[in-house]
Amino acid sequence: MRRLTWFNATSLTLGFAFLYLPMLILIVFSFNASKLVTVWAGFSTQWYGELLRNEAFLDAAWVTLKVGLASSTLATVLGTMAAYVMVRGGRFFGRTLFSGMIYAPLVMPEVITGLSLLLLFISIGLDRGVFTIVLAHTTFSMCYVSVVVSSRLVSFDRSIEEAALDLGCTPFDAFRSVTLPIIAPAVISGWLLAFTLSLDDLVIASFTAGPSATTLPIKIFSSVRLGVSPEINALSTIMIGIVAVGVITASLVSKRMIARQARDEQQAVHS
Amino acid sequence: MAQSVFAPWADPNEKPLIQFRNVTKRFGDFTAIDDLTLDIFRREFFALLGPSGCGKTTLMRMLAGFEAPTEGTITLDGKDISPVPPHKREVNMMFQSYALFPHLTVYDNIAFGLKRSDMSRDEIAARVEQMLKMVQLQKFARRKPHQISGGQRQRVALARSLAKAPKLLLLDEPLGALDRKLREETQFELMDIQEKTGTTFVIVTHDQEEAMTVASRVAVMDHGKVIQVDTPDRIYETPNCVYVADFIGDVNLIEGNAYPAGDDRVSIEWAEGQPGIIATPAGAVEAGARITFAIRPEKVAICRDRPEDLPNAVRGRILDIAYLGNISTYHVALPSGHVIKAQTANDRRIARRSFTWEDEVWLGWTATAGVVLTQ
Ligand SMILES: Nc1ncnc2c1ncn2[C@@H]1O[C@H](COP(=O)(O)OP(=O)(O)OP(=O)(O)O)[C@@H](O)[C@H]1O
Ligand SMILES: [Mg+2]
Repeated sequence: MRRLTWFNATSLTLGFAFLYLPMLILIVFSFNASKLVTVWAGFSTQWYGELLRNEAFLDAAWVTLKVGLASSTLATVLGTMAAYVMVRGGRFFGRTLFSGMIYAPLVMPEVITGLSLLLLFISIGLDRGVFTIVLAHTTFSMCYVSVVVSSRLVSFDRSIEEAALDLGCTPFDAFRSVTLPIIAPAVISGWLLAFTLSLDDLVIASFTAGPSATTLPIKIFSSVRLGVSPEINALSTIMIGIVAVGVITASLVSKRMIARQARDEQQAVHS
Repeated sequence: MAQSVFAPWADPNEKPLIQFRNVTKRFGDFTAIDDLTLDIFRREFFALLGPSGCGKTTLMRMLAGFEAPTEGTITLDGKDISPVPPHKREVNMMFQSYALFPHLTVYDNIAFGLKRSDMSRDEIAARVEQMLKMVQLQKFARRKPHQISGGQRQRVALARSLAKAPKLLLLDEPLGALDRKLREETQFELMDIQEKTGTTFVIVTHDQEEAMTVASRVAVMDHGKVIQVDTPDRIYETPNCVYVADFIGDVNLIEGNAYPAGDDRVSIEWAEGQPGIIATPAGAVEAGARITFAIRPEKVAICRDRPEDLPNAVRGRILDIAYLGNISTYHVALPSGHVIKAQTANDRRIARRSFTWEDEVWLGWTATAGVVLTQ
């Protein structure tokens, strides 16, 4: 390995500092004994205790979790189906339009997506709450899932599916017993992506949430406007922890899977 | 040999199992199959030969149901198969790319089709064992496709397509990745299966020897057309055009003009100052017609002195010798500039071989050794 030059070392330090210093400060102050956010008064975990007693935050966390699970699952099912039709459907009437429309939310400003959904819900008289947030999140995360899944579908040999049909599978059976197991890693990462997007989202949720249901990002955002409290720091630290664990696990798992595959392939060549 | 008796194509009352009627397949502007008409009979072992890209796989895929003909009809057992989806066809295909299921073990790959039939669990297990034994992969039953070698994968693909014992079996280059010994064993295994089960086989191969060994009939294709369909011996002995003669085996091609020489024979003027080649054309040839004379190297005798008993004899000098173990091919340059290949069996040790480089020799052949090709 090459030694780091001082230039590389500086860029690395600066980069990391920019990325992680704010978070580090946040984490440190979540353990602050003082109620003043910017004055250090010794170590304490009291704010974590407070947090657990704060009904509003717990409610919001519960709503966020429900919305995340429901919308990511829905988005995965719909996104996978859309990807399958686009990659395998061949040429059908309106295909270009369909694919364009699936990917449009990727580039659409969130404010516009949020606003249009809000208008839709009002016009059909749907009461805003958990259900509407789930719908909204499904709509915008579905296209991310379909991008991830279709890139996997494109790269795998069509003849494997044909072989399944040839051996007596109905098209649905072929999808279930051959296609799905093969694209499963992409489907799972699509689900994780959708879940994270839903967890993160503030803008679209603000448009589509009603008074009865508030997600965590909305709750945090609105309470910060009344001043940053150490409780918020504690909450954010927990969220950082969850996301970090998730990301690290996901990358470790995928790295191990790739390594195993490479090893297996090598064995196959040498045997 | 059984094949000499088995000749349903010669019997006008026999109904073909598969009929291609003026089938054309286009991909966009590109014509992959061009107005093809072909009959394949029950219990045949039908081989498709042809250069890369001539449409062999496309033909198979139309039979399996993955492509629909652009024009024309394909019938199986007298019924048009175009409305039947692939999974309802009693046809199994071995894919050129193998198309194994990467997430399933070798065992489960082979069992895949059986599980979708009405076989009981025990019957499936027995059948898979039988297949594994046939392709000599018992030890690898628990491995995934990426954990075995290319040749082993090919055998799994073969076993998987054979497992269901379908009415019609399509094999797209089934033995290409196998070494010679295993390939020959598997060829005989296939012929044995065919004898026992009466399955109809359509096989694509690049290996002419393989086509000759296993096939009841061979179709030589080029650019989406069938050029000649015939038994292997007739394809070899009486090709109907230069393309087939040149494609199958080794051949000497000499162009010339044919003139009648009595007794159904012609004399071919092929080079200035050389006597005409005496040959026996299959049909009538117009006097002076431009033709190609084709003769296989093993039908050309090579001798030190002029062969008096042969109607055709030319003198030349040995340019090159290709030693192939059991046979040797001599490349002999004639004064006219032609190079003629002559083949002899090496029934003596190499040290005692009678000819060597630069030797002056005579080449000779009978009046019926070669064929006269008009196209
Ligand atoms: N889906 C397709 N779209 C466009 N062209 C195609 C398609 N499938 C095949 N072709 C073309 O049709 C021609 C015949 O292809 P085919 O696969 O039948 O060849 P082949 O005889 O099996 O060749 P090989 O011996 O190399 O396997 C080729 O020129 C190929 O490029
Ligand atoms: Mg092919």
